[in-house]
Amino acid sequence: MQCDNCKEREAAIHLTQIVDNSVTTLHLCAQCAAEKGVQTGANVAKFPLSDFLASMGKGVGAHLPSEDSSVKCDFCGASLQDFRESGRLGCPHCYQAFEGHLRDLLRRLHGSSHHVGELYLSALPAGGGGEERKVADMRRRLKAAVEAENFELAAELRDQLREIE
Amino acid sequence: MSFDLSLLHDSGISWLDASGPESGIVLSTRVRLARNLQGLPFTIRTSESNRTTILERVLSAGRDSPVLEHATLYRLEELEVTDRQLMHERHLVSKELAGLEGEHGVRSSAAVLTNGELGVMINEEDHLRLHCLRSGFALSEAYEDLERLDADLGTRLPLAFHPEFGYLTSCPTNAGTGLRASVLIHLPGLVLTKEIAKVLQGLSQVGLTFRGLYGEGSEVVGNFFQLSNQTTLGKSEDELLDHLGKIVRQVIAYETQAREVLQRDAATVIADKVWRAYGLLRYARSLTFEETMNLLSGVRLGVGLNLIKDLSVYTLNKLLVFTQPAHLMVFEGKLLSGQEISTSRASYVRRELEADATRRN
Repeated sequence: MQCDNCKEREAAIHLTQIVDNSVTTLHLCAQCAAEKGVQTGANVAKFPLSDFLASMGKGVGAHLPSEDSSVKCDFCGASLQDFRESGRLGCPHCYQAFEGHLRDLLRRLHGSSHHVGELYLSALPAGGGGEERKVADMRRRLKAAVEAENFELAAELRDQLREIE
Repeated sequence: MSFDLSLLHDSGISWLDASGPESGIVLSTRVRLARNLQGLPFTIRTSESNRTTILERVLSAGRDSPVLEHATLYRLEELEVTDRQLMHERHLVSKELAGLEGEHGVRSSAAVLTNGELGVMINEEDHLRLHCLRSGFALSEAYEDLERLDADLGTRLPLAFHPEFGYLTSCPTNAGTGLRASVLIHLPGLVLTKEIAKVLQGLSQVGLTFRGLYGEGSEVVGNFFQLSNQTTLGKSEDELLDHLGKIVRQVIAYETQAREVLQRDAATVIADKVWRAYGLLRYARSLTFEETMNLLSGVRLGVGLNLIKDLSVYTLNKLLVFTQPAHLMVFEGKLLSGQEISTSRASYVRRELEADATRRN
């Protein structure tokens, strides 16, 4: 049986939910199930992601390796240790200073470290109309879709781009 | 700028009017975007003078922005604690910005620009928190207005943006889109049929989370839940909103089903519960906040099931906000003790329900 989510891999987990007498069954492959936070066995009742986020409450940074705690941001002077303790970064430059660590952390928090949303485009030439923004935005989304192996979305974006160009 | 209470008294509450879609079950929809200026440390880790710079830059951009043309500025540090509390009770500012959290009080240069449903909190955890609050279930409408504000301010302010990580925020849980959308939803049917745990558990499995009436860290009272997206990176704004919207629609369907089950299997018990709640609100002489929320939940269910006819949802929404401590103190024009608040609350509720009943007849 095919996975209901990715429609590619073989379904390995069958999740049955009964809500108000109506039964829904979801067939998922192991990978998609893990992505959706479904755990097998007796742990289904747990809240993996929310537990994880709750445990971070004060210190998202507590999940970072401790050996590099002394690394500092050149701009604001904040160290990884500060981040570990407060869960808050010092300034936008911290994202470059701790890039590797943050990439891992962002992946764990969000499932991805690649922004595919709105772009900050004030750097684009002034008066460079809506079309330019739209194309730039679509190229970016296309790249991200390919990286995420979301080929269905990628094909759709590619066709739309062709039409515009 | 001096604080004009008369102005605030009626501002920022259009979301209470119950005019939005699904407003019997969904009270309001809120979408916010977190943004920071380039070249300055994040609010919490910066100096007073930097916070002043941040405020000045945002205000200067705000003055030039047609989207914020009629906005009103409130500087939190210039306000008494009751007024700050009042703004928080009205969902105009976060608890943190109002300086009501922990010991530290109000941060210097903490401010909010409000323009009807749109608002900009300045020097919150992030330099800017843009938000839009709408009546009922209105995710795309709320985001549409917000996007216009974001796009406009983005041309006027240099924002911190990373090609891979997107918009940069003080806490990495907000990075990327910086978007958090929440839908405030009333789920008495699912609570009474004890299905709620399953639904809430399901939420975490699809990347959503829930909170109480006042967002992060607030308790669930009166069967009101705020459902929101948990992640902000790796999906576009539309995908995040679309996903939340789909799940909320499903939760509304479950709630409707649960209410049908209650009507079918426990009609007498439910009718009794609903009318007892109405009776208590209509005649009690002292009411705590929590009791009021729970009774209002019962009455709201009664209106939803058409057991109580013609009581307006607007009156119920208004009671949710105006029976909170700072609102009662401002209404009475003086500071009140705990017991005085309960008495004042009961009398406010009686008056409003009576006025609503009179309007009907």
